[in-house]
Amino acid sequence: MTHITRRETLALGAAAFLAGILGGHHKVLAAEEGTLTIAYNVNLPSFDPTVGPSAVNPTIQAIYRSVFDQFIGQKPDLSFEPGLLTEWGWNDDKTKLWMTVREGVTWHDGSPFTAEDVVWSLERAAKQETGNPIQFIWSTAGNYKIEGNKITADVVRFEPTFFKWMAFLTGYVLPKAYYEKVGAEGFEKKPIGTGPYMVDEYQGNAFLRLKANPNYFGGKPTFDTVIFKFVPDTTSRVAEIESGASDVTLEIPYEEFDRLKGKEGLAGVATPISDIGMIFLNNIEVMNDKNVRLAAHHAIDKDAIVKRLLKGYGVPIDTLEAPEYDAYDASIKVGYDPEKAKELLAASGYSTDKPAKFKIQTTRGFKPKDYEMIQAIVGMWRKVGIEAEIEVYEIAKHYELRAADQLAPAAFYNWGNAIGDPTTSTGFAMFGPSPHSVWNTDDLDAKIGPLWGEKDEEKRIAGWKEVSKYIAEQGYVIPVLQYVQPIVYKSSLKVTPNVSGALQPTLVSKA
Amino acid sequence: MTAYSFFHRVLMAAITLFGVAVIVFVLLRVVPGDPIAMMISPGASEADIAALRAQYGLDQSLPVQFWIWLTSVLSGDFGTSISLRRDVLELLAERLPATLELAAAALVFAVVLGIVIAVTATLLSRTKLSPLVDTLNGLFLAVPDFVWALALVLIFGVLLPVFPLSGRINPDSQEGFATQFYLLESLLTLRFRDLADISLHMIMPVLALGLPLASIITKVLKEALAEAMVQDYILLARLKGMSRLRLVLQEALRNAIGPTIALTGVQFTFLIGGTVIVERIFAYPGIGNMAIDAVINRDLPLIQGLVLVFGALFILVNLATDALVVAFNPRMEA
Repeated sequence: MTHITRRETLALGAAAFLAGILGGHHKVLAAEEGTLTIAYNVNLPSFDPTVGPSAVNPTIQAIYRSVFDQFIGQKPDLSFEPGLLTEWGWNDDKTKLWMTVREGVTWHDGSPFTAEDVVWSLERAAKQETGNPIQFIWSTAGNYKIEGNKITADVVRFEPTFFKWMAFLTGYVLPKAYYEKVGAEGFEKKPIGTGPYMVDEYQGNAFLRLKANPNYFGGKPTFDTVIFKFVPDTTSRVAEIESGASDVTLEIPYEEFDRLKGKEGLAGVATPISDIGMIFLNNIEVMNDKNVRLAAHHAIDKDAIVKRLLKGYGVPIDTLEAPEYDAYDASIKVGYDPEKAKELLAASGYSTDKPAKFKIQTTRGFKPKDYEMIQAIVGMWRKVGIEAEIEVYEIAKHYELRAADQLAPAAFYNWGNAIGDPTTSTGFAMFGPSPHSVWNTDDLDAKIGPLWGEKDEEKRIAGWKEVSKYIAEQGYVIPVLQYVQPIVYKSSLKVTPNVSGALQPTLVSKA
Repeated sequence: MTAYSFFHRVLMAAITLFGVAVIVFVLLRVVPGDPIAMMISPGASEADIAALRAQYGLDQSLPVQFWIWLTSVLSGDFGTSISLRRDVLELLAERLPATLELAAAALVFAVVLGIVIAVTATLLSRTKLSPLVDTLNGLFLAVPDFVWALALVLIFGVLLPVFPLSGRINPDSQEGFATQFYLLESLLTLRFRDLADISLHMIMPVLALGLPLASIITKVLKEALAEAMVQDYILLARLKGMSRLRLVLQEALRNAIGPTIALTGVQFTFLIGGTVIVERIFAYPGIGNMAIDAVINRDLPLIQGLVLVFGALFILVNLATDALVVAFNPRMEA
């Protein structure tokens, strides 16, 4: 028997340590074959995609969509496609709804996916005590009945966006039997879904490692392994992609995007996503004067802001409906017209010598160039006779003030709407009773109110376009721009940008 | 240390921790940012919002909320994290070891580097190299930890990509760990490849945290050594023919180390505070990184738990420092 002395053991250990250090060098570089490493901009707080604050975080949906499947799928252009439901719809008088469940799907543990999972997920989401933040949508249907792979239900209150939400926040199917067996905590420790990737290893604030689901109904994914590195610091994300330690990254400064995409071995794509930047107006103080509101809008040169501050990465908008949304109306224009702004202000007795004064609130660094944009806007306002004082606050303060309806006369904010429906943009942002609205007047509420339950889809969309036009005429809000999402990746890869902003691994392939 | 002084220190520590608990509890409820406001769904009614507030116990008066929280904490229940939806104590137990290993490694690095430079500078005093050492040390002292972190990311992450930029271990690693003390466990179980991987991941955060502390140690120790080197017992030893190196290491250092230890203890608490931003930059999964997410999400139970842990760490470090100072200089006991 070979005897190894303590000294030899230590020497061998030291050699292995050194080999690890030296051999570790190659590990700095992301694996080229079979593994996709994404330097991601947010951490994943929890796995259950249907409850808690992370369930309504649009950025995290890319991870959720990798592990779980939604009731209804969504293409990168925001159009809908079959997901775990292959067909869906209402009856003619919209009192009942029906769904067809995909067959032959299995959960990551090998157990069969059934219509019972769908019904359980919908019923769970509809219960207030489960803490689903979109419960107000899921509770509009009930009394589910299963017959084979067909599901029918009663419409409790007609909600035109019910099926659209099935492809959006919290619209995920979870495993009934497994969840009931392991409970909420057990599910967090070992989550399973039907999605293209299975959870292999998770270290909060560090990384999530996923393995390809060989039985995925959409076919085996391109990459055997996907690693999401949680790198919230922008500089570190830039370094991750530049050093080759990650294959893809996103949400980096536009200056860095321009620099990196020109480097050998790297490529970049920057396309508009469904997030917009806007200035909420509150119906207090000078904002009750229509001339001031409209002047404030006409005085802003949005093209200049996009070109000079965002290096061209942005799309100026005139309503809260971006071009990809269902109720977008290109004919609604407000336009940059400083002379008209001066005239409007003069009609209310304001001028550069006697300016209209109010406060504008903004975050600083929460969105690209947010503070700088407001600085530029305040400068433009000054030239026509508006003196605005800037107050910088944290995003949490914005939520608090907005919920209490105590925002300043003007407040910059961003709004996402990945299903493109007008209710989830203009609706929730402008309807008085919504806890997220800021403008609150009866005239606007009277126009929006009837649209919530409108059963005729064409009439509904036309109605929302009318509302957008009315808002633009009255100047109840100042839409500024649609954001563009920068993605940098290795040139050996191909990335299909997603208008929803979710950088899903399934949208990355080998070039 | 007498039994009386031990119990006195423990009592003071408990009172300090209670004070920390009161301050953090009150501050979190008066600073802007209502956690419920961040969770309100678009279709929520007034009743829904009230129900949500009640679910997290935020509908009670401040004293009642504090009493409930305090009694729960004393019974070991730190509550459930709002954003992570997990038991706060469990989360802290999971993440604290990463921060402890990082801080300890940074401390060891800083102490070794600080002593080496201080001793070298003392040996080189009155030579042409002396101003160079002082200038370099001044540079290390002037640059804060987070700037070091960003500079290291650019130097060793991009220009010379030799060290991993993020995390605590290679995400490809298939090895499991029985504890959260990865460094210690891999060392004790002789898993040297894992030890190397973990060490590589720690190098940049350790440098960022340790360099400013090393420069402070250098500055204080160098001054203390300079004072010691003109004392009578040093002159006597010199007359006996002892070499300058032995004079510094065997005679002067022992007397000069006391104030350095006291200062290192205080500065180590700052180093622990510095882990918050450094862990964030290097995506290192410790309590510092978690603290930033907790603050962004206004996760009150988690923030409270984290502040208590940081407070307890500071108190423990101070107690340990006091004990060390006394051990090196028993006259300080009085």
